[in-house]
Amino acid sequence: MAKSKPRVKLPKKAGKGDVITIKTIISHKMESGQRKDKKGNKIPRRIINKFTCKLDGEQIFGCDLEPAISANPYFQFNAKVEKTGEFEFIWEDDNGDKYSKKQKIKVS
Amino acid sequence: MTELTRRHLLGMGAGALVVSSISIPFSAFADASKAKEAVMAFTGGKTPKEGKVSIDMPEIAENGNTVPVGFSVDSPMTKDNYVKSVLVLADGNPSPGVATFHFSPASGGAEASSRMRLAKTQNIIAVAAMSDGSFYSAQSTVKVTIGGCGG
Repeated sequence: MAKSKPRVKLPKKAGKGDVITIKTIISHKMESGQRKDKKGNKIPRRIINKFTCKLDGEQIFGCDLEPAISANPYFQFNAKVEKTGEFEFIWEDDNGDKYSKKQKIKVS
Repeated sequence: MTELTRRHLLGMGAGALVVSSISIPFSAFADASKAKEAVMAFTGGKTPKEGKVSIDMPEIAENGNTVPVGFSVDSPMTKDNYVKSVLVLADGNPSPGVATFHFSPASGGAEASSRMRLAKTQNIIAVAAMSDGSFYSAQSTVKVTIGGCGG
């Protein structure tokens, strides 16, 4: 499988106390463990099982994913920003891999 | 005499039909009870109250592989009163769990959306856990044209 590539969309600037919308997507097959290959063997489960969004180290949003989440998991959620800081987004794979992305936001 | 046998046979056929149609609601019931168990595990045995939660998703999903699902919970999201987490369940999937979302007062608003897989026409249940220990839930039915769990 191609390397999972995370993408994040959020505003670069915001006013103090604003609630911003964040959209994230990561390319991942999200193999559910329900499917069978051509020989009838079960394809082992491999999904992103956890997603976390932190702002300056503090968790503001998280999600525990089950196999029922579609391939290329997409999330849209909100965050309230009080000061300039850095968002960190972390996706955790069943095989132990972690994919992360950081993005700064300027608050005035 | 021959006519009687034919009727007898027909009767047997009808009987078999009834039996097979009964088995379908039974399997649906098994899944719904699994979803109920998952709710109870999430709430610690409490029955969630109706209201505060709204589910935003289409009534008909053409492709069960990616069905958009969104929800919002009515809450001021302050330090003393906020939504801790939201459990989303699909009661007709092989495994009812879809995802558990975690919020904090810094989330600004308890709403999120994602995309999920649905095997067939079924109910989506969202249960919200509030910071004061209460639980609220909502339910929505989705018609699925093509199931999305693979074979």
